[in-house]
Amino acid sequence: MSHGQNFSRRDFIKISSIFLAGSAAITTATGHAFSGADTPVGDEGSKVVHSFCEHCFWRCGIAAHVRDGKVYKITGSDHHPLSQGKLCPRGTGGTGLLYDPDRLAHPLIRETKGGRQFYRKASWEEAISLVAEKLWNIKEEHGPGALAMLHHGYGVSFFKNMLSQIGVNKYAKPSYDLCCGPARQASVLTYGYPSDTPEGFDMKNSKYMVFFGTHFGENMHNTAVQEISDGIRNGAKIVVFDPRFSTLAGKAEHWLPIKPATDIAMMQGLMHVLISENLYDKAFVEAHTVGFDELRDSVKDMTPEKVTEITDIPADAIRTVAREYAFHAPAAFVHSGRRTNWYGDALQRIRAIHILNALVGNFWMRGGVVKFEKFPLVKPPATHEHPAYEKEAYSKYPFFPQDEPSNTLASHEIIQETIAGNIKGLLIYGVNLPETMTFGREKAIEAMKKAEFVVAVDVLPAEVTGYADVVLPECTYLERYDDLDNGRAFRTPFVALRQPAVSPMYDSKPGNEIAKMITDKWGIHGAFPPSVEKGLDKKLRLVGSSLEEMKKKGVLVMPETDLYRKQGEPLNLNTPSGKVELASAQMKAAGFDAVPKYTPQPEAPAGFYRMLTGRKPMLTFGRTANNRFLGDVATAKENEVWVNNRIAEKHSLQNGEYVHLKNQAGVVSEFPVKVKVTQRIRTDAVYMVHGFGHSAAKLTWAHKRGASHNQLISRTDIDPAMGGVGFQNNFVTFIKEA
Amino acid sequence: MSNKKNYGMVIDTRVCVGCSACVYACKQENHVPEGYCRDWVVQETGGEYPKLTMENRSERCQHCENAPCVTYCPTRASHYAEDGTVQINRSLCTGCKACMAACPYDARYVHPEGYVDKCSLCKHRIEQGLETACVSICPTGSLHLVDFNNMDQKTKTLLSGKVVYRQKEHAGTEPGLQWISASNKHGA
Repeated sequence: MSHGQNFSRRDFIKISSIFLAGSAAITTATGHAFSGADTPVGDEGSKVVHSFCEHCFWRCGIAAHVRDGKVYKITGSDHHPLSQGKLCPRGTGGTGLLYDPDRLAHPLIRETKGGRQFYRKASWEEAISLVAEKLWNIKEEHGPGALAMLHHGYGVSFFKNMLSQIGVNKYAKPSYDLCCGPARQASVLTYGYPSDTPEGFDMKNSKYMVFFGTHFGENMHNTAVQEISDGIRNGAKIVVFDPRFSTLAGKAEHWLPIKPATDIAMMQGLMHVLISENLYDKAFVEAHTVGFDELRDSVKDMTPEKVTEITDIPADAIRTVAREYAFHAPAAFVHSGRRTNWYGDALQRIRAIHILNALVGNFWMRGGVVKFEKFPLVKPPATHEHPAYEKEAYSKYPFFPQDEPSNTLASHEIIQETIAGNIKGLLIYGVNLPETMTFGREKAIEAMKKAEFVVAVDVLPAEVTGYADVVLPECTYLERYDDLDNGRAFRTPFVALRQPAVSPMYDSKPGNEIAKMITDKWGIHGAFPPSVEKGLDKKLRLVGSSLEEMKKKGVLVMPETDLYRKQGEPLNLNTPSGKVELASAQMKAAGFDAVPKYTPQPEAPAGFYRMLTGRKPMLTFGRTANNRFLGDVATAKENEVWVNNRIAEKHSLQNGEYVHLKNQAGVVSEFPVKVKVTQRIRTDAVYMVHGFGHSAAKLTWAHKRGASHNQLISRTDIDPAMGGVGFQNNFVTFIKEA
Repeated sequence: MSNKKNYGMVIDTRVCVGCSACVYACKQENHVPEGYCRDWVVQETGGEYPKLTMENRSERCQHCENAPCVTYCPTRASHYAEDGTVQINRSLCTGCKACMAACPYDARYVHPEGYVDKCSLCKHRIEQGLETACVSICPTGSLHLVDFNNMDQKTKTLLSGKVVYRQKEHAGTEPGLQWISASNKHGA
């Protein structure tokens, strides 16, 4: 392999279609998998394989229906607590990934000839040898700190194990920065334990649910949507603060179109009313919290009238919500949300949410905040003793987690360290870096070009694969075993099995095999069990089951746990005070506000509008972008930019016309996007779903559909406390088609 | 208790989020060809900012008791089945589209193989004692398969005291889909 003259320049390579699955005369078979016109309806002659989904992080149980060696239908597993027989659209769409004609079919190696870079098809032996050699050499020459992995997806455990064998300890999941990180760490700081998935709210038993800008219903988190629906049927009221009339707002008793970036002010206003009107739970606050006086003083001036000026929500409405919330407590909560990391203040914003919960005494109460438990698996002895240098926390952010072995620093830290030349080798697992919002597209590409060696493990020829030296085609989650899943906490703790419904297609391989092949090349044996099946069986036998047993239902479920606290019992939380921390001495000691305080964010330049984002219920950003089956519904085909009708009139925009978007830094969207003129959004913001506008031509379905939200992120705001990335201080205007 | 079945659906729009799981489940179950669907989602917004309302509906063939498609089908391909549903006998269908013109609900399409196709209420599943694919998958529990001749207590409770409507009743079709309006708020 040669990089040509300039080692640091890595050009984007368009993968030739002869290396993709579409060339393997599979297109007709694919067509049948979707339409199945030649097979009768019904399930005769089929078998059901129970596994769990990989189309989003929720990891619901699925039942893959297989006939003649093909998955023809995917439904929700009846046995799995997170699905209970139900499934979201993305879950059904596994067939669209499995039979995607654009799938990576062979290992690819970058070559340079005559100044031109291109990929050539390689054998696994050759590709694995090259990856093993390059990673090893970087480790030998620069130390294990010069290697890092960016990852997304449940198959990563094998690669984590592989890299830790040679001392690598730089792992980042962009989802921490963008989505789950602030909620996790706000919970640690306030309650002494991390938040989980599903989030710890007793939704089905709640009478009053308050949401700030989180979009359940558009975010199709199966279990959460099931429980919200139960709540609605049981008579719960819903309150939604959101600049946009989301689907969830459509279910709400009160939709309050709050000015974007002012949520913390609203939360302080609600605290003010709860305290000044003596609506808070004094007994709980006295017995189980610390820092009330500091909190009270900090919200003293945040009267509803003052908050109205900041948030655009009438003072009466603020009082009404606070009073109703207190009235329904403890069967009431403010939800911590998901993917609400917007302005670099997300940790404090979600701390404010937890404080609102604690004030009404809903902690571990029916219909309020609860703590779901995980299935306790016996931890096998480590195959590798970590010397002290590997245990160092590499993140520079004071409230970055210290207890997540596969997430040791923020993904933007990896990007920056790579650009700075400290990290020289990158393994990118399942992350389409140029379209992932961790630091904007430009920085991601700069880092990949700068790195000495990049290996991408992926299923599809996403943009990221064009920047790799070696591309390793992993098979889909429907074709492989992965590690056992006891990472989800719920009412009935459970452990789930991912097992193959069909054999790997083309020349793709499961991650567990790929990682083992690389460690074998390093001469490290014993890092992995002789086979993935044997390893799973051993783990299951430690909890009184077996792989054979587990394969039948795909899940092992414990009885329901008791979620509610008893009166008079101390909470003994794992916070410094042992109590719920309204004011955080830890944060104060690190130089931050002990209680959350609103600070104004930048305003849009004249003629520009704040760019808000979200998702469609049938799509999960990169995972489903190229999914023809899921794309085959009118509302799934492209993203639209939502523009308030008054703003549309001002810019002479017609509903359905296509425009380019330009952001405050002058970046113009590569592709045009359709305008949706609507009353469902405020006049100071526009909205577009993330995950469209793909530039990789080999994603033949996703290519040029809609516009890329990620491309228009020129400014990011990093949370100085926990390292998350906010990206909503970006503003766009419209360029009409000539 | 009647021996004669009369299947239809009760659709609770209070909880429907319009996710379209019903559409995809149907496409897989019934091998609906690419570019077509037998059920679909409508999201209807009303009112004036900021007092907006929304109703999400998973729509499909209404399996009418007085079905114009059956009346106007010249070959008797469209017919009433014994279980109260409206079905199409593909071998009799000439693809003339008279039924499509007659249907007030726009529930039909011409299959690429030449016959007219629509929701069968998963007759093949009902016959096996299963619920329809859309009902089975729905995460919100919005969709309910109901035998209106033998309505169970759960369905009666669900409908009780709520604003329930049928679509285009003025057409005299006696549609077999009943809708719990999204205007029913908290526990109505």
